[in-house]
Amino acid sequence: MDLLTFARGPALQAAFTIFLIGTFWRLLGVLLLRRKLDHSEPRQPALAGAFKGQIAHLWPYQPFASRVMASYLLGYAFHIGLVVVIFFYLPHILFIQDLFGVSWPALPHAVVNAVGGITLMALVALLVKRLMNPVTRLISNFDDYFTWFVTVTPLVTGMLAVAQVGARYETLLALHLLSVALLLIWFPFGKLMHAFFFVAARATTGMIFERRGTHS
Amino acid sequence: MTEETLGECLSRHGISRRSFLKFCTVTASLMALPPGAAAQMAEALARQRRPSVIWLSFQECTGCTESLTRSYAPSLESLIFDFISLDYHHTLSAAAGHQVEAALDKAIADNHGNYLVIVDGSIPLGAKGAYSTVAGVSNVESLKRVAEGAAAVIAVGTCAAYGGLPMAQPNPTGAVGVSELVKDKPVVNVPGCPPIPEVMTGVLAHFLTFGSLPELDVHGRPLAFFGDSIHNRCYRRPFYDQGKFAKRFDDAGARAGWCLYELGCKGPTTYNACATVKWNQGLTFPIQSGHGCIGCSEPNFWDKGSFYKPLSTAESIAGGGMIAATTVGVALGAGAAWISRKRQDDIVGGK
Repeated sequence: MDLLTFARGPALQAAFTIFLIGTFWRLLGVLLLRRKLDHSEPRQPALAGAFKGQIAHLWPYQPFASRVMASYLLGYAFHIGLVVVIFFYLPHILFIQDLFGVSWPALPHAVVNAVGGITLMALVALLVKRLMNPVTRLISNFDDYFTWFVTVTPLVTGMLAVAQVGARYETLLALHLLSVALLLIWFPFGKLMHAFFFVAARATTGMIFERRGTHS
Repeated sequence: MTEETLGECLSRHGISRRSFLKFCTVTASLMALPPGAAAQMAEALARQRRPSVIWLSFQECTGCTESLTRSYAPSLESLIFDFISLDYHHTLSAAAGHQVEAALDKAIADNHGNYLVIVDGSIPLGAKGAYSTVAGVSNVESLKRVAEGAAAVIAVGTCAAYGGLPMAQPNPTGAVGVSELVKDKPVVNVPGCPPIPEVMTGVLAHFLTFGSLPELDVHGRPLAFFGDSIHNRCYRRPFYDQGKFAKRFDDAGARAGWCLYELGCKGPTTYNACATVKWNQGLTFPIQSGHGCIGCSEPNFWDKGSFYKPLSTAESIAGGGMIAATTVGVALGAGAAWISRKRQDDIVGGK
């Protein structure tokens, strides 16, 4: 079995299996936990805070805006970039269509390539920022760096495969698929789980603050 | 090796010097040889005495022989068989039975150390080689015996090169390619199902001209013909870059000749000269005829998944397996939460 056949077959199958087991394990394991009882009298109904919380964290809180705005913008740049690259590049749509039977129009290759480049630059800038700031460097752990690595690697290998730079196409495509497999395997066990948890986390925080009658 | 030179042989066949030079120029340019190589090739080939060639046919369909002998006759490619002294070939020999086996013995004895061996078909190792025998001798024994005195071995077709179709899972005969068995002689793979005639003649011309085999890639194929992918050389490539794809074999995109990537074309991962040399005297090749490349010149092409699934899709992600994985994940998560709650109950009585 050559590397590409391994990547397209057993590697992705194992990765998807681990991804599903791990994701549902962590999601239900956390969401089904018993909440801490709050014996105080609520200032107002808490439920609205669940929605306010989603909105409030979309943009920096004004007093801190000047200090965190760069991180927000870079974060938006690479998140939107990843959405474009992952969901609007034709080979990726074919992958999804093959798995789930749904498809949608693709963006031109040149557009996706350009967005991929911007995404990569934003991710590199955020890593440099993390390393340059003594506080973020101090509080960063293996999870932060490895999560960055498994996010960047599929992007880099994918762009190399498209450009056919560095190795033969089938090798680059295999490395790309293997890097995706690594991302899927790491996903449930590291900080990538924020993709699922951020909604619950913002809702919980928003409800706590709403109940207390404070700003989300 | 016969006394007649190739030049004399060609004259006898009425092939003009001009036609011969044209053949050498085309062959040299196909192999990306330096500008002076065509003249060097013409001179060397014309002076060359016809080398003995022993052709062994094993587990095969005779498609390779068909391809190489049925090139648009009477072309110079078909006359390559006059450039060489084809002393033994199951399909083409006029003799049969013990007479043809005697010809094999004589060719080995007379040209020991100098003859070329061309193999088409895979070699079965299962049941002590009993799945395929010639004159009561297993293919594996024949190959070992004949290759022992060879100058070089050329594995023609994907079966001889990498095991091909007979080696496809579950490989009932234990088939292998030539290079799995011949380790002490130069082996050139000319894969394809079937291989392109011009590639075969190019390899022979190179050997006769320079006395050595051409530069090979990682899979033992001549780089001159297998150095670039079908995709990179495909005339439909601009449609890929423009995002114009046929979605079905009978839709407007297919009729307009758009890229066949979405229909499972394996051109991006297949290395061969089909898109440049083409078939039937440069008339067409599979993609030009409307079907995607199936990757037939790559090792294990038969076991690399569906011919009709795009390369960017995953193979064998079973829906049942994914449902099972989800169920396991849900059970683990619910179990973990239940244990946590139970511990809370044990500690503070659920308050």
